Amino acid sequence: MVDIEKANALAVEKFMEARPVAITLAKALEIVPGMHENMLLHAGPPVTFERMSGPTKGAMIGALLFEGKAKNPEEAEKLLKSGKIEFSPCHEHMCAAPMAGVISPSQLVYVIENQTHGIKCYSNLNEGRGKVLRMGAYSEDVLEKLRWMEAVLGPTIKTALEAMGGIDVRAILAKALHSGDDGHNRLDTASLLWTTQLAPYIAKTAKNTETAFEVTKFLGENALSILNPVMAGCKTMTAAGHNIEGSTIVTIMSRNGTDWGIKVSGLGDKWFTAPSPVVKALYFPGFTEKDACPDIGDSVITETAGIGGFAMATAPALVTFVGGEPRDAINTTLDMYEITEGEHKQFTIPFLDFRGTPTGVDIRKVVEKQITPRVNTGVAHKDPGVGQVGAGVVSAPMKCFEDALIAFADKYGYN
Amino acid sequence: MATFKTEVRSGVYYDSAKLMSLQRSLAGLPGVLDAGVVMGTDSNKELLAHIGLDTPEVKATKPDDLAIVIKAENEKAALDALAQVDGLLAARKGGSEQEYQPRSIESATDMLPDAEWVIVSVAGRYATAVTREALRLRKHVHLFSDNVSVENEIELKKEARDLGLLVMGPDCGTAMVDGYGLAFANKIRKGPIGIVAAAGTGLQQVATRIHQLNSGITFGIGTGGRDLKAEVGAITFLMALDVLARDDDTKVIVLTSKPPSPKVAEEVLKVARKAGKPVVVNFIARPITTTRDGNLFFATGLDDAARLAVELAHNPPKLVSDADLPIKKFTAKQKYLRGLFSGGTLAYEAQHILYGYIPRVLANSPINKEFQLPDAFVSQENCIVDLGEDEFTQGRLHPMMDNELRIRRLYEEAKDPEVAVILLDVVIGYGSHPDPASEIAPAIAKCIADAKKDGRHLEVVCVVCGTDEDPQNLNNQMAQLKAAGALVDTSNEVICRYVGRILRALAERDEPKAHALGKPVDLEKIKKPLAAINVGLESFAANLKDQGAPYVQVDWKPPAGGNEKLMNILQKMKSPRK
Repeated sequence: MVDIEKANALAVEKFMEARPVAITLAKALEIVPGMHENMLLHAGPPVTFERMSGPTKGAMIGALLFEGKAKNPEEAEKLLKSGKIEFSPCHEHMCAAPMAGVISPSQLVYVIENQTHGIKCYSNLNEGRGKVLRMGAYSEDVLEKLRWMEAVLGPTIKTALEAMGGIDVRAILAKALHSGDDGHNRLDTASLLWTTQLAPYIAKTAKNTETAFEVTKFLGENALSILNPVMAGCKTMTAAGHNIEGSTIVTIMSRNGTDWGIKVSGLGDKWFTAPSPVVKALYFPGFTEKDACPDIGDSVITETAGIGGFAMATAPALVTFVGGEPRDAINTTLDMYEITEGEHKQFTIPFLDFRGTPTGVDIRKVVEKQITPRVNTGVAHKDPGVGQVGAGVVSAPMKCFEDALIAFADKYGYN
Repeated sequence: MATFKTEVRSGVYYDSAKLMSLQRSLAGLPGVLDAGVVMGTDSNKELLAHIGLDTPEVKATKPDDLAIVIKAENEKAALDALAQVDGLLAARKGGSEQEYQPRSIESATDMLPDAEWVIVSVAGRYATAVTREALRLRKHVHLFSDNVSVENEIELKKEARDLGLLVMGPDCGTAMVDGYGLAFANKIRKGPIGIVAAAGTGLQQVATRIHQLNSGITFGIGTGGRDLKAEVGAITFLMALDVLARDDDTKVIVLTSKPPSPKVAEEVLKVARKAGKPVVVNFIARPITTTRDGNLFFATGLDDAARLAVELAHNPPKLVSDADLPIKKFTAKQKYLRGLFSGGTLAYEAQHILYGYIPRVLANSPINKEFQLPDAFVSQENCIVDLGEDEFTQGRLHPMMDNELRIRRLYEEAKDPEVAVILLDVVIGYGSHPDPASEIAPAIAKCIADAKKDGRHLEVVCVVCGTDEDPQNLNNQMAQLKAAGALVDTSNEVICRYVGRILRALAERDEPKAHALGKPVDLEKIKKPLAAINVGLESFAANLKDQGAPYVQVDWKPPAGGNEKLMNILQKMKSPRK
């Protein structure tokens, strides 16, 4: 007989014990499990080329151009349709990547190690805002930046990280939550802390001062510098709580612009999916909801681990996304306590008397109370190559959780 | 020609007060002739059918669908009205606003850890689960909801009893705690009287009359109208009575109920007799055979109950215990009464009074045929034999003139090792035997002496009906009987009540001990200043706010949006698997 309560407590305990440290970078082909020459990873649950969202298709085209497997977008699209390229979700390869989340074999990826449980997860380098591959852009300037990142940015950070013995991602997040970050949509503080820890070692180990200058400037100017290591770090936390017999805790939430998907600790490798909803967002000038791609990206791994939208109460600057009043931000977090197993031991909220963030979504509570996880997120344009058009909040589709509950009942005999 | 427009919203839930207010607002809009706003339960659909608002869309609704029907002069008016629904629903009445409404009792508990009470007024089909959740969180429950099955009521109350928690309800309109009213309640000052009521307006009537008489209450504990029915067996009532008995601030207890099961009512009174303080009883439709029985005071109505309680609080009565009774003198076998009467009416009155003490007294002329003594010449159990009946007087004189037959029967009864008490009447005056005591007294003395030889105490009691101017002289007759060892009085009622108390004490002596009260309610906790969690009608939260009591309103929705399959799975996952 399974003891659900005990299983859930154990899963969430593992989430919280996990201590992710950024240790180095390496080529995806060399380090990502299951990666091969003709594979492209993408965000969210599995999807066919026909059903792929615009940004995902765009990012795939861009990746093939970057890899040198196609000379132009038409050729790339033809190759993608040919069946010669294998598409696979990042999450099936211990990766998590933002928006389209396309990781190609020769990209450099961060290696984040959960030093409590010895689990390693990976994510690519953040390109900053604007026209970027992760939003489905693949113009020459986008590719140019990617090449610079592979040649200069990545190797420089790698040397610095190795020289300093790694950066404790969890410690940065804990501090950032006390300084107005939610850990997902707002990472201004965390990115600065990341940069200031790296900077001295970059100064010391970079090829030359010009490289040190360029790299430090790029990291310092990008308020999302740390997003990708944070996502891989969060994945090392929730992966530690996955595959616990009898647990109803969600260990993966993710979307690909077409579908929303979740995995549950006690339900193994099965995805539970539903159509991805459109984000309720504030749009950049000139864009409206009609331009928006349905919700996309692996970044909801942060909410899965207990931060992001769940920590809204500690990030009042983000309230414009949820209705405009600080009260609404606090209520968002309070709602999330209704559907989570525990309160985080490492991540706390000063405004709520340092209460831990709501951690470990329990599918039972989601279905019973009909409250789905609230996610803070960016919005991509639905067409490839345009880029980000806004940011806002979205609620996960209930169907994923209801289907998972039924599957749980089938597996464990609660029918 | 009127136009009908219907809107159905699935998986939403609003309490009925909210819907009624929406319905009223819609019906008042320009061009609207009538409006119906209901959840799609069968009974609600019938209601709409009665007023001609049962459109095909309404007929197709399910219990968790919200149906809004507008009957209007024209289509535009109907559509305009429907367009206003969201605005009207969003409009909050002042009074129950709080910054965050938690979605569950559990979260509400985190917000207000001092809350000892949960008020539940959700639709009946959800009320059991909500109550169970409150119990799981160790809260007392005021269960206002109706349409809770009696099976569920019993389960909940038993569960609560094991935890030392009160479930006041279902269908409990009123409760008053610590000077605050829950649900329908009056503002009653604090005072020395505690009330337990299986009667909502009964509680209100008694409490308000107490207030008007310048007194006040400690607690008014409603139990729900079915608590004193045979199936439920007064689970909450007995727990509440126990609370008030232990509460030092409660000087007088009032018990009131809608017509109770007679058996359960007697059970309750049995416990009430041990309360150690005056208890005023008003069970509607329970016949009153006495105004007072020990610490129990029987009122003729709700108002009388209030009056009595106030009076008793002002002038505490001297409470006599059963210590005067010779219970310990009897052997373990001795338990029965044998009443040997010469007077028919006195025999009837004896039966009537004794029924107030013990459930079963046989007789050769019973008030109730069910208690017919099969053979008048052979006594059984407790019995009253009228020797003036035809079966005894054929061919012989009436026992008021001839004592022989009665004395023979007296010897017989006295030999029976199960007999504890023998009751006799002696009626003197013109026409009666010239000196009955001269024959009866020696027989009594012999019976008592023979019993004593046999190691038994025999209690003989006599009522003498006559005057000092009668030829036989009352005082002379009484003196002879007393000298023989009998307890003598001139009042049949006094004698019968004395016998009744003995028989009741003997019956209780032989009963298995300990009434199943479960875990006692923690008195200290429920005497803390009131704080409550409200699930359901927001107006109840507003009441608490108006009274200045801390509260949290829960933003409650049907679990799993009312999806039966999912609800079922969730329920199974909560309880251990078989």
